[in-house]
Amino acid sequence: MNNFIVSKERKQYLKSKRKKKLLVLITQISILIIFLAVWEILANKKIIDSFITSQPSRIFETFMNLGSNDLLKHIGVTTYETIVGFLLGTILGIIIAIILWWSNFLAKVLDPYLVVLNSLPKVALGPVIIIWVGAGTPAIIVMAVAISLVVTILENLNGFLRTDKELIKMARTFKASKLQILLKIIIPANISTFINSLKVNIGLSLVGVISGEFLVSKAGLGYLIVYGGQVFKLDLVMTSVLILGVLAGVMYAGVLLLEKFILKTKKVQVKK
Amino acid sequence: MENILEVKGISKKYQSKKSEILAIDNINFRVKKGEFVSIIGPSGCGKSTLLSIIAGLEDKTAGEIYIEGEKIEGISDKIGYMLQRDCLLEWRTILSNTMLGLEIKGKNNNESKEYVENLLKKYNLYDFKDKYPSELSGGMRQRVALIRTLAVKPKILLLDEAFSALDYQTRIMVTNDIYSILKKENITAIIVTHDISEAISMSDRVMVLTKRPGTIKDIHKINFEIENRNPINCRQSPKFSKYFDTLWKELGVDE
Repeated sequence: MNNFIVSKERKQYLKSKRKKKLLVLITQISILIIFLAVWEILANKKIIDSFITSQPSRIFETFMNLGSNDLLKHIGVTTYETIVGFLLGTILGIIIAIILWWSNFLAKVLDPYLVVLNSLPKVALGPVIIIWVGAGTPAIIVMAVAISLVVTILENLNGFLRTDKELIKMARTFKASKLQILLKIIIPANISTFINSLKVNIGLSLVGVISGEFLVSKAGLGYLIVYGGQVFKLDLVMTSVLILGVLAGVMYAGVLLLEKFILKTKKVQVKK
Repeated sequence: MENILEVKGISKKYQSKKSEILAIDNINFRVKKGEFVSIIGPSGCGKSTLLSIIAGLEDKTAGEIYIEGEKIEGISDKIGYMLQRDCLLEWRTILSNTMLGLEIKGKNNNESKEYVENLLKKYNLYDFKDKYPSELSGGMRQRVALIRTLAVKPKILLLDEAFSALDYQTRIMVTNDIYSILKKENITAIIVTHDISEAISMSDRVMVLTKRPGTIKDIHKINFEIENRNPINCRQSPKFSKYFDTLWKELGVDE
């Protein structure tokens, strides 16, 4: 490989690769623009009823009046609940998975319960949660935790148990204790399992929070969507859904950033 | 020379839901200090089980093990163990990998670090100490694994098919490397292998096990009468094929 002399074929290859990438991006943006344009035109020409479908210009207008309809506050509430639920679900899940890895007996005993809890639609627990912890933010956070917790436990326990047995045997030849095996082999070998949990859980927590807000309804984007639907303010509903989409994207990007950070510090730690 | 290891009446039964299996039965042997002994036998004869029992990784059903006259139970500090694969931790640098055993034993100090760094220097791996395992070749990785084992200063090294994951050429080179390292460090070795040539080229004695339940069928003395013997020049000796034939026949009768 030579960095100074780039062959003609390579130049061509790189060029065509860039071209393809650009083409994909242009098409993606065009689809969005055309969709919005058609929606706007059809609504203006009264071909579709903007009372039911809303329309881009009105969504934009609603968005610009963020302050007047407390949108900002609602975004803040949903974000806060999601992050708290996400952190609690992930951390608790990993801790419980570690406990179950430690005690094979406990893992075997709890296995059927976890399987049932995992397949149970957690939204069904909504009324129970509301009665137990009260209608409000705590109920919503509990809902978010309920949705992500069991999956986190199962995924991580599975990852721990699938850790290369030979590595554990190798550590045992040095008389490693169970705690040492956990800290020196199991946990570092499962960094990718943890990161995967983070990625799945950010989405799940958001699902939990929105379904919680649907039920409890005091504030948040979920509340706005339900409220907007009840009073037929479709502009509000659409705007909220749109913001929710952006919020989900931003949070996922945050997790990706965290992943990069973890991978980096891990190497730094190893290098010391 | 004095005996460093004495194995007395080792038996192992495996229990399963359906039945009880006698894997090895009444194994007795002694190994002298600095000696290399290979254990060969048909697959499933329990040779790896025997090694795991000596290492203390597996329980035995009956028998006793003595190292330097001292009875041992469980995992002993005097024994090092090398597995089939190098089992290097991909998230640790080479230096940090070789320090693992010392770290586990709570000896992560400057003295240990110096000792390990010297080993790395001696065996041409020092330049790679800050690299990660994925950046090294298979042969180098196996050498790193050996240094990780030697770092805790074992007196006896057990090798469980330690080269079988390597391709043929690398395998011969690594066998040669590891042989000379072990001789230099004056370490006694017990090698489990299914490769007759490897057993002959590395050992002073080759122990043949019968098929399950494994018992000792025969122990052959290997003597090439070569000065500065090593696995490669052994392979070139005319005596090599004679030993090979003998062992081949002995294994063959069982099949």
